[in-house]
Amino acid sequence: MSGAAIAARGSGLVKRFDETTALGGVSFEVAAGEIFGFIGPDGAGKSTLFRILATLIIPSAGTAEVLGRNVVTQHWDVRARVGYMPGRFSLYPDLSVEENLTFFASVFGTTIAREYDRIAPIYSQLEPFKQRRAGALSGGMKQKLALSCALVHRPELLLLDEPTTGVDAVSRREFWELLAQLKTTGLTIVVSTPYMDEADRCDRIALIERGKILATDTPAAIAGSFGRPLLAVKAKDRYRALLILRTFPHVHTVYPFGEVLHYSDERKDASPEQVAAEVAEFLRVKGLVGADVHPIAAGIEDSFMERLA
Amino acid sequence: MTGGPPVIEVNDLTRTFGSFVAVDRITFEVHPGEVFGFLGANGAGKTTAIRMLTGLLVPSGGQARVAGHDVYTESEAVKRSIGYMSQRFSLYEDLTVRENARLYGGIYGLTDAEIRERIGAMLARLKLEAAADTRVSALPLGWRQKLAFSVALLHRPTIVFLDEPTSGVDPVTRRQFWELIYETARAGTTVLVTTHYMDEAEYCDRISIMVAGRIEALGAPSDLKKQFGVESMDELFVRLARPAAGASAGAAAP
Repeated sequence: MSGAAIAARGSGLVKRFDETTALGGVSFEVAAGEIFGFIGPDGAGKSTLFRILATLIIPSAGTAEVLGRNVVTQHWDVRARVGYMPGRFSLYPDLSVEENLTFFASVFGTTIAREYDRIAPIYSQLEPFKQRRAGALSGGMKQKLALSCALVHRPELLLLDEPTTGVDAVSRREFWELLAQLKTTGLTIVVSTPYMDEADRCDRIALIERGKILATDTPAAIAGSFGRPLLAVKAKDRYRALLILRTFPHVHTVYPFGEVLHYSDERKDASPEQVAAEVAEFLRVKGLVGADVHPIAAGIEDSFMERLA
Repeated sequence: MTGGPPVIEVNDLTRTFGSFVAVDRITFEVHPGEVFGFLGANGAGKTTAIRMLTGLLVPSGGQARVAGHDVYTESEAVKRSIGYMSQRFSLYEDLTVRENARLYGGIYGLTDAEIRERIGAMLARLKLEAAADTRVSALPLGWRQKLAFSVALLHRPTIVFLDEPTSGVDPVTRRQFWELIYETARAGTTVLVTTHYMDEAEYCDRISIMVAGRIEALGAPSDLKKQFGVESMDELFVRLARPAAGASAGAAAP
């Protein structure tokens, strides 16, 4: 981060709604030109944070700057320079694809024709359907239209609040490929997602939960900070293996992870190979034969869960 | 998995809307006590298929029996035999936990004594006795989802349909939810579940993947990976849902 210009910054951001504290003091810096991801489940405070950065709500305490401008005192200036895609589909369902885009362009005093080169990589995929009502588009197409509308005034920074939530795995992948393309134009992208597997698409991420940032770093550094022996256990009867592993004297956590179980050990400094041998033996003694047990490197999701525990 | 006749038996099931074929002659079975993953891209026809299987939408063609009842002629019996929970709608937020459970129990015709007993057992199992008289809106999302699932089981359905039950839930709660699914299946209730998390596809005994109205893959995750020569369910999903995208992703791999 040192040396890079700061595109967005939050310092001690707090937001309360009646008795609920949506953000409990959040600080971060986004470098110009990076893809920065806020990763966390529903209710973590992601949308509240994005609405503050988009100048739609005012923080209860703390400050935020976007592109060097204060989001409260210079909100008009911020609005002209950022593209915001809210979490819920927020285009006009009764207007056509083209009418929606024309509307967003006109609000910012421009036209589709003038901005075409910027939106072309995305909008060209929608053009065959430009007469279709936005409400009649598929999930993936709505998402692309919303992104086109957020880009049409050539923003310097994009705020994308859960652009891939509820979208299938293939459309999600395509969307991230679009973001990687956009990044090459120098655009700064701040994005949120509840999907841990999308973290690797970001340059840096902040893990967020219950209004607090748990960690901020590159995805690799966050995965590498797990700090315990971690094993993958593959067994035919996964549920039974899980119940047995939970009774191992040194167990820390056991979670299903796709086709395997991830076992972490409470002895932080133990040798993973040694732990693997003990766990394999324990499963055998308990009557579970043929399990495959071996040490693995932790991923983002392991690290997130370790921090939740 | 236990024996007995299939809980879901579907043969050439079809649904058209005008000239659009949303579900195109799908055929599959779900066995008692099975955890069956019903996967597909947005718009592939999953929701239309589920609406037919839950007695909410009349098919255009083919046959389907759910819990032994014909979806054309016995749709009310189908509805009474199933449980349903979705991510979008599960519980009434302004009612307490107990009130929600009483409402559902009443709709399904349970007696007051049955309702009291089953709510007690449910709260004990979830360790939520203390929250019985809390309004649902005041509970964390993860608790709500577990409760919604348990309430959907209150009338002891033969099969429960879970439509994206873990969407947006934190990774720990997501896994706790899957343990509830396992327990439920072990106890004999069949589970049909949809999800966009590909790791969750691996947790199912068998899955189907719908593409443009048709079932293009059907089987145990490990068998399907072998059959299609892929490493992960994510890879399989991409290959089936977007043949071109799958090919280019494969070509780009080292």
